[in-house]
Amino acid sequence: MSSVSLPAGIEPSGPRPRHVTATRIGIYAFLLIAALFFLIPLIVMIMTSMKSMSEIRGGNIFALPMQPTLDYWVKAWSSACTGRDCYGLAPGFFNSVKITVLSVPVSIVIAMINGYALSFWRFRGSELMFAILLFGAFVPFQVLVYPIIFGLSRVGLFGTLPGIVIVHTIFGMPILTLLFRNFFASLPVELFKAARVDGAGFWRIFFSVMLPMSVPITIVAVILQVTGIWNDFIFGLVFAGRENMPMTVQLNNIVRTSTGTVEYSTNMAATVLTGAVPLIVYFVSGKWFVRGIAAGAVKG
Amino acid sequence: MSTSVEIKDLSLNYGTVTVLDRLNLEVGKGEFIVLLGPSGCGKSTLLNCIAGLLDISAGQIFISGKNVTWDEPKDRGIGMVFQSYALYPQMTVEKNMSFGLRVAGMPKPEVDARVKRAAEILQLESLLQRKPVELSGGQRQRVAIGRALVRDVDVFLFDEPLSNLDAKLRNDLRVEIKRLHHRLKNTMIYVTHDQIEAMTLADRIAIMKNGVIQQLADPHTIYNKPTNLFVAGFIGSPSMNFIRGDLTGGALNIDGASIPLANYEFKAPMNGAAVLGVRPEHVVVGEEAQKMPFQVESEIEIVEPMGADTIAWTKLGGQSLTFRADAEVRLVPGQKVLIGFDPGRGSVFNGESGERI
Ligand SMILES: Nc1ncnc2c1ncn2[C@@H]1O[C@H](COP(=O)(O)OP(=O)(O)O)[C@@H](O)[C@H]1O
Ligand SMILES: [Mg+2]
Repeated sequence: MSSVSLPAGIEPSGPRPRHVTATRIGIYAFLLIAALFFLIPLIVMIMTSMKSMSEIRGGNIFALPMQPTLDYWVKAWSSACTGRDCYGLAPGFFNSVKITVLSVPVSIVIAMINGYALSFWRFRGSELMFAILLFGAFVPFQVLVYPIIFGLSRVGLFGTLPGIVIVHTIFGMPILTLLFRNFFASLPVELFKAARVDGAGFWRIFFSVMLPMSVPITIVAVILQVTGIWNDFIFGLVFAGRENMPMTVQLNNIVRTSTGTVEYSTNMAATVLTGAVPLIVYFVSGKWFVRGIAAGAVKG
Repeated sequence: MSTSVEIKDLSLNYGTVTVLDRLNLEVGKGEFIVLLGPSGCGKSTLLNCIAGLLDISAGQIFISGKNVTWDEPKDRGIGMVFQSYALYPQMTVEKNMSFGLRVAGMPKPEVDARVKRAAEILQLESLLQRKPVELSGGQRQRVAIGRALVRDVDVFLFDEPLSNLDAKLRNDLRVEIKRLHHRLKNTMIYVTHDQIEAMTLADRIAIMKNGVIQQLADPHTIYNKPTNLFVAGFIGSPSMNFIRGDLTGGALNIDGASIPLANYEFKAPMNGAAVLGVRPEHVVVGEEAQKMPFQVESEIEIVEPMGADTIAWTKLGGQSLTFRADAEVRLVPGQKVLIGFDPGRGSVFNGESGERI
């Protein structure tokens, strides 16, 4: 590159001029196509949800709706039938909100304390504890479903809101503990020693020194947990009980409840509504979400 | 002088690795002790044991006459300053300094008074409301010192406090620490691998190697009467010349020369393999060399002008020899000069054990 001869009279000086190279155009073209590829299903769903049934039957799925309507969205939200009840997705939405709002803080607080204790308060067997906890991340959860049903029934929590919160807390624990342990392990241990010399104990160090430093990693954990718990289907189905079925389970019921014809518009609207929360989380959290994925990569 | 810190038969193992083995150390009240040694020799480990941040494997630790072996760090009457400063990043300078006092539940007026006094001593008054990220390295380390200062402790522990600073700041802060010691007269135990810091600050230096204190003495003795080859080679820059030879009849015989040791004060006279240590600044050239008990003609190999003086490399009996000459003396490679020194000012070591004889 440096051997390229300059036109006469041009002396290199100041910032090097930027050229649009073929490579650069290629990269952008690729990124654009990749983005479109992943956007198309969403676009098709949103367009379809605004079309009437006759238009869907007669037309092309890529065509814009001729008379866009939000009727199906309203129906999906408030009056679509899930089995015998016809209250739409709304009850499921509020159930999911309840489950998420309770499970996320509980699991994160416990994992944070775990990670803190495992990084700084090494005790006899703490490495083993951590290894066992990590091992938990690789146990197929199907294996644990029945034992947990049994256990929760024994204490009368099977099919209740606390029951599903406990289940989410347990299953989030390995990955979240790993996340926090690695974060705390990356902090200089001298900080912890300084606080010990200053006379602070386990909780004082946690609340006064560590917690204020943990905001970024906590945001990552919240994103990980909100999306994970919101998207959960199987735990909700098994453990939440009829009264607390999350939105994903309700969505499944709507899509599978057939009263004569399949109403694609309603199904599409319901699907987009259910996916809206993780989508909004992705869009709002941007870079934090990428870090979350990087951190969650070990999840496999 | 009464004893401030006393360490008795202290051992520390990490699993099967023994880092400190039955170490004994007594530090007087108000004394400035420097633990000096190469990286990994166990200096920080020893300091952490004194602070109570590591569980020791055996032995006892007394501070101000009290057995603190099982005490929590906060109950030992110590303050500690770390290499990485270890300031609480989310707290202001003021909150950093007052943290320990607040944890102890001290009434606010007294906390404020102590922080104010420490800030005055360390010239931090104008920075009290800043966060650590808004401070320079030197300022951060002063805050870290202030954090130990406010707690009004008997013993200050420093773990390489200046290692993260650039050369100029390091010199400034070194003087400041010395001034602080003169003013407060606390006991200070100071860990470093920098011999200049050790020589300039210490009342006594403890030279460590592989978890064992090699020599504990004042800087002058350490420099002039090193107890073994390790200490002799570790202290001094450029380092001491070691001339290996055979000790017989009060003279060291080397290739083509015999160095008379008549005026050397032997601790334990012996015959056999020995090493004579000569400081580069004790070797002189030219006319001055003619006055020395030992003189030899030699050829200059390399010259390193340092500004204040010049370091020259030559050979003595086939062994490398460096000396420090006045910057005004013209020396060029290849030049033949007369060099000389007084073997009585040197140190003689047993060639096998490396111990001073
Ligand atoms: N947590 C640990 N586990 C095992 N060995 C350690 C640990 N911490 C330090 N060591 C070993 O102890 C020795 C002394 O370390 P240290 O006291 O930090 O040396 P330094 O003199 O550089 O401060 C080193 O050889 C180091 O490898
Ligand atoms: Mg160290």
